[in-house]
Amino acid sequence: MWRQLLFLLSISNSDGIIRRYFVVNGFDGALTMLGLMTGFIVSPPTELSIVIGVCLSAAIALGVSGVSSAYVSESAERKRTLKQLEDAMVSSLDETAHSDAARWVPLLTAIVNGMAPFTMSLLILSPLWLSQYGIEFILAPLHASVVIALAIVFGLGVFLGRISDMSLLVSGLRTMLLAILTTVLIYFFAGA
Amino acid sequence: MIQVKRLVLDVLKPHQPTCLELAKSIAAVGAGYQVDIRVEEVDEKTETVRIELEADDIDFTAVEACIQQLGAALHSIDEVKVEHSVSN
Repeated sequence: MWRQLLFLLSISNSDGIIRRYFVVNGFDGALTMLGLMTGFIVSPPTELSIVIGVCLSAAIALGVSGVSSAYVSESAERKRTLKQLEDAMVSSLDETAHSDAARWVPLLTAIVNGMAPFTMSLLILSPLWLSQYGIEFILAPLHASVVIALAIVFGLGVFLGRISDMSLLVSGLRTMLLAILTTVLIYFFAGA
Repeated sequence: MIQVKRLVLDVLKPHQPTCLELAKSIAAVGAGYQVDIRVEEVDEKTETVRIELEADDIDFTAVEACIQQLGAALHSIDEVKVEHSVSN
């Protein structure tokens, strides 16, 4: 099953696209959560259950948006590519590995595109949930979430560094700098 | 018993899967299959390849199905070697 999926990704040249979707939408999810957490920190104190409700709703919306947008666009793109290949082959490619790829790759892409921001958001939300169950950290729950968000953004930078074969530390710090810049902007505009 | 020992096929295939993957898939059709692929012509989206296949008894239907499943099209059978072996 796994080998078949890798084969379909390979023949449709989609492995790079999926990696890109994972990073782009994962980054979106982490930054959105970071923005929400920072917004709650600079705003008047709010009940933790409300914070969790708002952030979870945003995470679900990001997930659904990721799944649907990627499926619709990738599905159209794959159909177009398959049609072009059929024209070049002067024969139908129904019931071949290429039509399997046109059917499954959009689905896989959509799942990755939706699950990346959703799971990252849940990770960032975890200190808030744990706090509700009485598990406390050194930091306040909202601040702990910000730290996790920064760590995830750093991790995505490291992942990009590995792909582009550049310094992992520099790549990680570069993306984290963007996250810090986002936090500063929120402090500046929302916290003023 | 009639046994197909050698086939040379003219096949049009998309660039993906690669010749290596195509050769591996054909070889996986039966034990002892020897596959030799040579690229004859390369176009923007397709390539014409010459597949030489040798085995004790080639299952042509299975080989053709394998080629088609990978999105390639069999254009012609250019060479054939068949043997009539005496079975006990």
